[in-house]
Amino acid sequence: MNTAPAGRFVGQSVKRREDPRLLTGHGKYVDDVAFPGMLHAAFVRSHMARARIVSIDVDAARALPGVVAVLTAADLNAGAGTMQPTMLLNDAANAPLRPLAEADVRFVGDAVAIVVAENRYIAEDACDLVDVDLDPLPAVIDFETAAADTENLVHPEKGTNIAQQSAFPLDDAWEAVVAGAAHVVTETFYQHRQTNVPMETRGIVADYDPGSGELHLWMSTQNPHEARAAMARVTGVAEAQVRVTAGDVGGGFGQKFFTPHDELVVALAARRLGRAIKWIEDRRENLIASNHARVDRSTCTVAVDADGHILGGYIDNLEDCGAFPVGSTGGVGPFVGMLFPGPYRVPLLRWKSTAVWTNTCGRGAYRGPWMMETVAREQMMDAVARAVGLDPLELRRRNVIHASELPYTTAMGFEYDIVTPEETLEQAVGLLDYEAFRSEQARAFAEQGRLLGVGISLYIEPSSMGSMEPLGTDTAIIRVDPTGKVVVSMGTGSHGQGLETTMPQIVAEELGVALDDVVLVQGDTASTPFGRGTGGSGSAVIGGGACRDAAAQVRAKALEIAAHLIEAAPADLELVEGVVSVRGTPTRTLPFAEIARVAHLDTARLPEGYEPGLEATASYTAPPFTWSNACHVCAVEIERDTGLVRIDRYIVSEDCGVMINPMVVEGQIAGGVVQGIGGVLYEHFVYDDDGNPLTTTFLDYLIPTATEVPDIEYGHVETRSNTPGGHKGMGEGGAIGAPPAVFNAVADALALVGARVTRQPLGPSQILALLP
Amino acid sequence: MSRVEVTVNGKPHDAEVEARKTLADFLREDCGLTGTHLGCEHGVCGACTVLLDGAAVRACLLFAVQATGHEVTTVEGLAPPGELSPVQAAFRDCHGLQCGFCTPGLVVSVTAFLAEQPDPDDAAIRDALSGNLCRCTGYQGIIRAVKQAAGQA
Repeated sequence: MNTAPAGRFVGQSVKRREDPRLLTGHGKYVDDVAFPGMLHAAFVRSHMARARIVSIDVDAARALPGVVAVLTAADLNAGAGTMQPTMLLNDAANAPLRPLAEADVRFVGDAVAIVVAENRYIAEDACDLVDVDLDPLPAVIDFETAAADTENLVHPEKGTNIAQQSAFPLDDAWEAVVAGAAHVVTETFYQHRQTNVPMETRGIVADYDPGSGELHLWMSTQNPHEARAAMARVTGVAEAQVRVTAGDVGGGFGQKFFTPHDELVVALAARRLGRAIKWIEDRRENLIASNHARVDRSTCTVAVDADGHILGGYIDNLEDCGAFPVGSTGGVGPFVGMLFPGPYRVPLLRWKSTAVWTNTCGRGAYRGPWMMETVAREQMMDAVARAVGLDPLELRRRNVIHASELPYTTAMGFEYDIVTPEETLEQAVGLLDYEAFRSEQARAFAEQGRLLGVGISLYIEPSSMGSMEPLGTDTAIIRVDPTGKVVVSMGTGSHGQGLETTMPQIVAEELGVALDDVVLVQGDTASTPFGRGTGGSGSAVIGGGACRDAAAQVRAKALEIAAHLIEAAPADLELVEGVVSVRGTPTRTLPFAEIARVAHLDTARLPEGYEPGLEATASYTAPPFTWSNACHVCAVEIERDTGLVRIDRYIVSEDCGVMINPMVVEGQIAGGVVQGIGGVLYEHFVYDDDGNPLTTTFLDYLIPTATEVPDIEYGHVETRSNTPGGHKGMGEGGAIGAPPAVFNAVADALALVGARVTRQPLGPSQILALLP
Repeated sequence: MSRVEVTVNGKPHDAEVEARKTLADFLREDCGLTGTHLGCEHGVCGACTVLLDGAAVRACLLFAVQATGHEVTTVEGLAPPGELSPVQAAFRDCHGLQCGFCTPGLVVSVTAFLAEQPDPDDAAIRDALSGNLCRCTGYQGIIRAVKQAAGQA
């Protein structure tokens, strides 16, 4: 196994340089941006899921002192450009987005009008004065019946509630596999509605200057360059005159990767009014109208031989993408199908995927947008194990891909080059002491009637996908200033990942300067090259690749200049901690700062033909897939009196290749795991049958607190990927692996008393209903 | 309009504000102290936690006028400029923050908690933290940070 030695900086748990400002209240989030004369916006939203708009009376609102404008579709929609995203633009399949609702409303929260006033208090007062008369229509809420409903259409202009459908259909080859199998197991699994819940809601300050024609947008975004392109299209302002600035961003988890609807509307209003307008989403809006996720149903069939070896698999996935899916989502089903085999040998794969529109909040990217493939597969592995009469661990051991089989080509033709599913599985169950747990489980049940359970989940994550251009490319510009300090500019959008620390770790390592001498500039389209933003577990591999390449170029230039200055051959020189020296002659040295000074201020001394300055630009496109992998093991106890699930152990063994900063890696794992735990045990966004949201505050939509979370234990298997730094993306993984590990653990405990479970969430009331 | 006379981080502030203006908005807009964050505006997430005469309170659930005559300490007032308090330093050491949005409220809550209970056990720490929501860290580094700040690590 090709394990990676720690570098001088890469591989070290360097403390984050973001932290001092964030800890002392000096972070700069979008709500901290303020200008004299800046106005404040609030939205009037639909209170019905599906209805015809009879009338909108804005007179009283417009008459309220302090109100500057009340804009409806009649004021804003005409002339607005497409609201679809740039990256993965797919007009044909996407929902008919519009700035403000025109003839009808399509979910509770659909924006009907925007009020602009001198302050937010007045804007909200005015919202209450807007009289929206709605004539209700039957709403499409149940995603399982939406496809068949041809009478009630979420988007009448589409003629169907089916947003997307594709398949690798069942055929004779599949029938032959089924006919030859010892066991054929079919199960249906569900995920329920959840939402990202970044602690900072969405927000924007949009400032259109009629004089210069510039539209400057301060946004809470993961992806400033995507936002810039989207804003230019929607507002009609030339892209060269659109500037997006993201300061500190208070979480996103996918919600802020594509430019959401409401921000685009605020920019349209600012352009129209020629004023600076701030809109900060409130928590109720964030819960009902930003994006939802995870509403999935998968019916799986797996055929195995008498020893439990998988012969073939089929998954039929249905996803609810709401009324207006955000960005490229609302059609991730094909990934659910194609990635269903995960880390196991599945010789034959067939799949079908359907996405439907409903009169609910649109689906959006949420940390592992197609993670239903792992949820369905790992829950299915346990179901198959029960049917075959094997322990779930043993079934996995018989089917997991061994190191000796690499590179392994899946039934869909994906090549796993450097993955370690078996190693992480064995490491994780070893950390638990699986056999001892099974003994204790049996003893505790037999002697005390206690319900202990263990769940395993394995996955392979297709991180940093070069196959999804332009999401596979990043660019870094490295400029050395005349004092020798190094400025790295990138189009990334760090929102908790610590890129201000980790990208300089890579650059300092590659360039050979002190870590403190490298700073990252990101988030402002005016000072950074076009980039893919931060999301999809991509910045380490893709952004890191660009950094590494640009740093190598700067290093080579610096050494050539140094060689000329001290009359040595470049090949004899090394650059370490900001000092160039001749190998073997430690007395002949030149500070990096002196090279930088000469390059800018003493240019006559540069080698002939050298341009002044010391900088380089490099772009890096990742391979089609950079596979990372992990194993999660969860041990729970169910309290029989209360139905409460307590997590006693939670273990993650992961392989993300070379870790840039292990502290950050473990932080990312922990955050994802706890989101996954929350998703299974606590979080549930609920609509009633008419599409009224019932969980509109943090008292109803429960995210985990410190009292519910286990102490997470980590194991690392570190194998270099075939990318320049050897990294593999891992930001989403925790949230992918955790849900089925928790679910399987609960199901394992319930099986002791003969109870079966296929649905989530698994809160106390659901558990009590399942217990005999 | 109503009068607010309040001491914030040791400095007197005297202003005319609408009676309905929250303490959080007053701190952010009138005092320029934007470290106090608003995550829910209904008193659950704890991002807006400040000290009122040393006790942790939700600045989104108080009106500015209610603070008249009291001393408010925000996250900006926990350490001298350029320095970190022991709690702040422990959060950094233990990776107790990622996006940083919930962090000011957590730091203030933990500061008040440790002043009251200098040597808490694990259950007491988790209980004390349960009034502050964090979506990034899974609380792992935060719990370690409280233990370090309490001198237990």
